[in-house]
Amino acid sequence: MTKIIEHPASVSKERSMLMQKEMISAHYDALATSNDDGRKVVYTFVPGNLNELVRSFDLLPVLPEINALQSGMRKLSGEYIAEAEKQGHSEDVCTYVKCDIGMLKKGNIGPTGTKLPKPDLLLLSYTGCFTFLKWFELLREEYDCPVAMLHVPYQADGIIHPHQRDYVVEQIRTEVIPKLEEVSGRKYDEDRLREMLALSSKAEDDLVAVMESAKHVPSPIDAYFGGVYYIGPIFSAFRGLPGAVDYYSTLREEVEARITAGEGPITPDGPMGPERYRLIVEGPPNWTSFREFWKMFYDEGAVVVASTYTKVGGLYDRGFRHDPSRPLETLAEYCLGCYTNLGLPTRLSLLEQYVREYKADGFLINSVKSCNSFSVGQLLMLRQLEAKTGIPGAFIESDLVDPRYFSAANVKNRIESYLQMLDQKRQTVSA
Amino acid sequence: MRQQLQDLIEYARLLYEDVDLTVVSGWKNRVEGRKAIGHMPIYVPRELIHAAGMLPVGIMGGGDRLEIVRGDAYFQSYICRIPRSTIELALSGRLDMLDGMLFPAICDVIRNLSGMWSILFPERYVRYIDGPQNFEGRVGGSFWKHELVQLRDDFAVIAGREVTDENLRESIAVYNENRAELRELYRARSLTPWFFPLSEVYYFLRAGNVLPPEEHTVLLRKYLEEAPRDPERKEQDQSRIVLVGMFCEQPPHGLLVTLERAGCWVVDDDLLLGLRWIVDDIDVEGDPLENLSHAYLTQSVSTASRYAAEGNRGAWLVDSTRRNRAEGVIFSAASFCDPALLDQPMLVSALDRAGIPHTEFKYSEDTGQFAVIREQAGTFSDSIRLWSES
Ligand code: SF4
Ligand code: SF4
Repeated sequence: MTKIIEHPASVSKERSMLMQKEMISAHYDALATSNDDGRKVVYTFVPGNLNELVRSFDLLPVLPEINALQSGMRKLSGEYIAEAEKQGHSEDVCTYVKCDIGMLKKGNIGPTGTKLPKPDLLLLSYTGCFTFLKWFELLREEYDCPVAMLHVPYQADGIIHPHQRDYVVEQIRTEVIPKLEEVSGRKYDEDRLREMLALSSKAEDDLVAVMESAKHVPSPIDAYFGGVYYIGPIFSAFRGLPGAVDYYSTLREEVEARITAGEGPITPDGPMGPERYRLIVEGPPNWTSFREFWKMFYDEGAVVVASTYTKVGGLYDRGFRHDPSRPLETLAEYCLGCYTNLGLPTRLSLLEQYVREYKADGFLINSVKSCNSFSVGQLLMLRQLEAKTGIPGAFIESDLVDPRYFSAANVKNRIESYLQMLDQKRQTVSA
Repeated sequence: MRQQLQDLIEYARLLYEDVDLTVVSGWKNRVEGRKAIGHMPIYVPRELIHAAGMLPVGIMGGGDRLEIVRGDAYFQSYICRIPRSTIELALSGRLDMLDGMLFPAICDVIRNLSGMWSILFPERYVRYIDGPQNFEGRVGGSFWKHELVQLRDDFAVIAGREVTDENLRESIAVYNENRAELRELYRARSLTPWFFPLSEVYYFLRAGNVLPPEEHTVLLRKYLEEAPRDPERKEQDQSRIVLVGMFCEQPPHGLLVTLERAGCWVVDDDLLLGLRWIVDDIDVEGDPLENLSHAYLTQSVSTASRYAAEGNRGAWLVDSTRRNRAEGVIFSAASFCDPALLDQPMLVSALDRAGIPHTEFKYSEDTGQFAVIREQAGTFSDSIRLWSES
């Protein structure tokens, strides 16, 4: 669901971008040689992932959602989805799954062009999405390897109840850790886990500072199109590692320097022109036409100042931090608190807060066909948010990685007329 | 057809067609202060509702009998039909007699629908029911027991009375009887499917959504007695089929009739699975919540929304096909139904490995044209009959 991607080549490279690139390629190198090096591999999902725990056993994580979105950006997803559909997967279901299965059927070549290792364990962190369950059941049919199931209850009322947390902790203790021990051949080392959690927390502070920099007018970042790069390391394989700490402190410095210089976000075409619209976005982006999609915004001077997609790996901006003093409890609370694991009323109120806190002019929902977890209820959210904020919203439909569901002309049209409407509204107000 | 049988079928049919749930209002109005709790598919522990003296009411969308006026405005085109017709039922006031609504964990659609319900009807009792996917007693079991305690206490408040262990034991016994009768219906149908055609059986299953369980059990019992007495029901050369994928959004009745006309005897299915979720009797002695929880962990059906910890996803289907001496499987899932459609390739592989023929199509609750399905099911039915004769 989230991403580790390289910034487009045309962007003038800031140090943080290079750091991220290096981190990613080192990780894929380690994966490519994992068989020879005798390192074991755990496949898992982004929301509510237990990266520190996995890493504390010296295991290497693979995140199939990221492979899928990478395939989308590299224009391979269409072919992979077609392959999966040819093999009997329905056209109706989530395209991340089909993209992953199609990639597997075509040799499992990862984003860096090398073959991905097979999993030694499927860590089914079942947070915020039912499809995860079926996805790893499907992968289990392909690989002869154990599965560790971690069922994370839904926060329907937006509250973490103690018995929910205890349930997740008990599963980590009795299901996840024993399987990680078995696969890695190492004992659970709580001190090591604590050290990693402390590093996570440090990086999380800096991530929040980066994301909240968008409260400045003009915003120094785009918190959606740029934001998906910023969340890459912390939502995926790097949280809890020193590299992520360095990356986020560097990124924070860069962003703070941009605030001081009064600069706006950097886009694939260089620094963005004057900020004309401040928007909030709900829903994941489209990956197959990601740059084209982003361009539709920055060409018009529209900057996304906050987004919910960048919260699928945790609501750090609402105060959550990994707490090394309560290692398993904190992991449980982390899993429980990811955005798509929250009931609709909580999601709605978060959006409302964003509109106000970030002084947004408008908000847009990108409703993706693949993802019922995000999409069901968004039309109601749209109307409710309009009523609560008095601001009209925009609604567009696309998909994550299925190129058949991104109609550039329609989307562009929608965005342009929405921004025009915001203009008219402004004129009426100032008249 | 004998009059008694005709009357029974007519009664069950009227219950099925009663989109306004007048039978539920009628039940409530008969005694002052009665309450009813609605729930979506698949499974909720109805014993708890019953033990509080309330009526559990299964809500399965509006089928093809409801015009969608408002519901479509709430859902994108790529989302299945059941949430929109369910919202339509609620917005049109047809669910006003319900004193609460439960949304069991089955997929992200039902899950998010629970939140929509809270937003749209803030004054009503809404609860998401998160059944455990960990089946260890001290892990998933203690979580589930906690949820059950909460539910029992909530229901006690709504009902305005205490829910004692004794009440719960009685309700477990009532539902044990109901499930036993349902098992008997499935067993009898598998042996002599010509007595129990699906298009009829379905009405009797649906009656379980709205009748008090005691009445439903009696109704099933009468049907089981009466149907074989009908002299017109004779063994016919039809194919024996297991039908899979209809556990949530309901097929239009016409589709079930179509399958029969296409030459299929359905000998097992996953329709109204929640009524039969617990496959055996639940212990009546001892701690009733512990017993309910234990049954959930160890005696639940296999279905797409329940994690198969032991792997071997399609084993239950192969087993059902063999046990019921079925000659083939028809996959019939609601369009856009992620759980059913993501499950299907795994079930298909299991059938292929076992050499069991299968075919597949999709429907939605308001499908009105059955010509293609009839053609497909007919061809499939003919081919597997030829296959098993050869
Ligand atoms: S349904 Fe949504 S959250 Fe789930 S795997 Fe697909 S894209 Fe990710
Ligand atoms: S029909 Fe399928 S996708 Fe739709 S609500 Fe039911 S289980 Fe979910």
